[in-house]
Amino acid sequence: MYSKLIILNFPPEVAQKAIVCQLTKKYDLLFNILSAKISNQKEGYMVLELSGTKSDYNRGVRYLKNQGVTVSTPEQQIFKDVEKCTHCGACTAVCPTEALYIKRPEMEVIFDKEKCSICELCILTCPSRAMGLFSEHTETAL
Amino acid sequence: MTQSRLERTYEEINQKIKQGKAVVVTAEEIVGIVREEGVKKAARKVDVVTTGTFAPMCSSGAFLNIGQSKPLVRTTKTLINNVLAYSGVAAVDCYIGATQTCEDDPLNKRHPGDFNYGGGHVIEDLVAGKTVDVEATSYGTDCYPNRSIHKRMTLSDFNNAILCNPRNAYQNYNCAINRSDKIKYTYMGTLKPNMGNANYSTSGELSPLFNDPYLKTIGVGTRIFLGGAQGYVTWTGTQHKSEVERTPGGTPLTPAGTLAVTGDLKEMSAEWLIGQSIRGYGVSLSVGLGIPIPILNEEMLTYTAVSDEDLFTQVIDYGFDYPEGNSKSFGQVSYAELKSGTIMIKGKKIPTVPLSSMVKARKIADLLKKSIQKGKFLLGQPQHLFTE
Ligand code: SF4
Ligand code: SF4
Repeated sequence: MYSKLIILNFPPEVAQKAIVCQLTKKYDLLFNILSAKISNQKEGYMVLELSGTKSDYNRGVRYLKNQGVTVSTPEQQIFKDVEKCTHCGACTAVCPTEALYIKRPEMEVIFDKEKCSICELCILTCPSRAMGLFSEHTETAL
Repeated sequence: MTQSRLERTYEEINQKIKQGKAVVVTAEEIVGIVREEGVKKAARKVDVVTTGTFAPMCSSGAFLNIGQSKPLVRTTKTLINNVLAYSGVAAVDCYIGATQTCEDDPLNKRHPGDFNYGGGHVIEDLVAGKTVDVEATSYGTDCYPNRSIHKRMTLSDFNNAILCNPRNAYQNYNCAINRSDKIKYTYMGTLKPNMGNANYSTSGELSPLFNDPYLKTIGVGTRIFLGGAQGYVTWTGTQHKSEVERTPGGTPLTPAGTLAVTGDLKEMSAEWLIGQSIRGYGVSLSVGLGIPIPILNEEMLTYTAVSDEDLFTQVIDYGFDYPEGNSKSFGQVSYAELKSGTIMIKGKKIPTVPLSSMVKARKIADLLKKSIQKGKFLLGQPQHLFTE
């Protein structure tokens, strides 16, 4: 049995749940959703543990990518919970890479995952605890 | 022919609101309207200007009545989710303060502390409909023999839950920098050494008390948006100050007016009351608050037309000065500069950090505008003005 933790980033307007269910139907994979932010209009993410045979796993991941889903399997990754974020800006004081920045004039706080160095400084700085770390070892949000 | 001077009464505006005819704009929108049409025309057109602010407001809390138990109890110590609520009031009343930390919190023993849970979070959990753990003890009396109770409750199980904030809606606040060479963890957020960042916490032109700088329409009984429900101004807040230096337009250059506000917690929502964990400092509660400003005359319209360029605050050092009780200004900056992303202090360009959410403030002003337009929110005429 092959089992791996993966992080999916969905573009807006894809049937996120339906896609994941196909992993079981089409590719015989078992999944366990550890965390998810699902929305039909906005982009969403899902952290899941995927298990099955190695070849089914590879086929499943290929399927996801073909659906426009970004699949990553890093040791750990930082997330911003868009529901919890109040756009207070406190995190932008400590973020060293400007992965967290303020979009003006709207004054919205944006998280650019590409720039994130996973330094984790934002996690305890965010007063609303909207920033979290997912890691392969703890498998939970901090 | 001379035009008569514009005067509106609260009754007239409320009549228009009831008929769904009131013209309501937000404190951001009015800036553009006045730039285009001028004060006179805008004042004739607009009846109400709505404001909003959403930020940590430490002087907040709620009176809770946990209901009686059998045998009866007169609580002397109450813990809600292990956060102490003041119980020096009658029988089963208590007050949960926003900045009360959890009983077993390590605080700043390992500096900077995390402060994961406290009074502000209890309030958020209650309005979110979550179940909380209520434990209370007593010394026991003839009339109230019970010495210890423990129950699990949701907000609806409380007899009463009244949000009662002694100091909210600060009219202006310091912009904080850190001139020391060590990182500082303050209630104004994390401040990097050597003026690495400048943190401020006001919604500027949307801020309630910036739009009525002399509190000419805000007094006891003014109906407001509070935590997602309708609340009221009950008095000036603690530390309220009106004798301060002001701009020609009347807005204070330093922290000045404050409000005490109250409302029914049972009607409020977790979107507008959010527990805060401020690293190295403690816990707090972010409160959503908005005040409608009635355009009684041209003077009120002029006040509400104030924009970020006309609003100023002082840059204060939280590295050395503030902890020592000094409030020497390292410069006066406008909210337009602060919102631009950088300010210049002593020849150094410093990135600015807002702690007050403009996104939420705008949403409050908008919600308030819509509910007034729909006739669901009537102005509360103040029964006493603090300027009298
Ligand atoms: S982990 Fe570090 S780099 Fe990434 S968003 Fe948070 S503060 Fe910025
Ligand atoms: S500190 Fe937290 S709540 Fe504030 S803007 Fe950053 S992520 Fe959002």
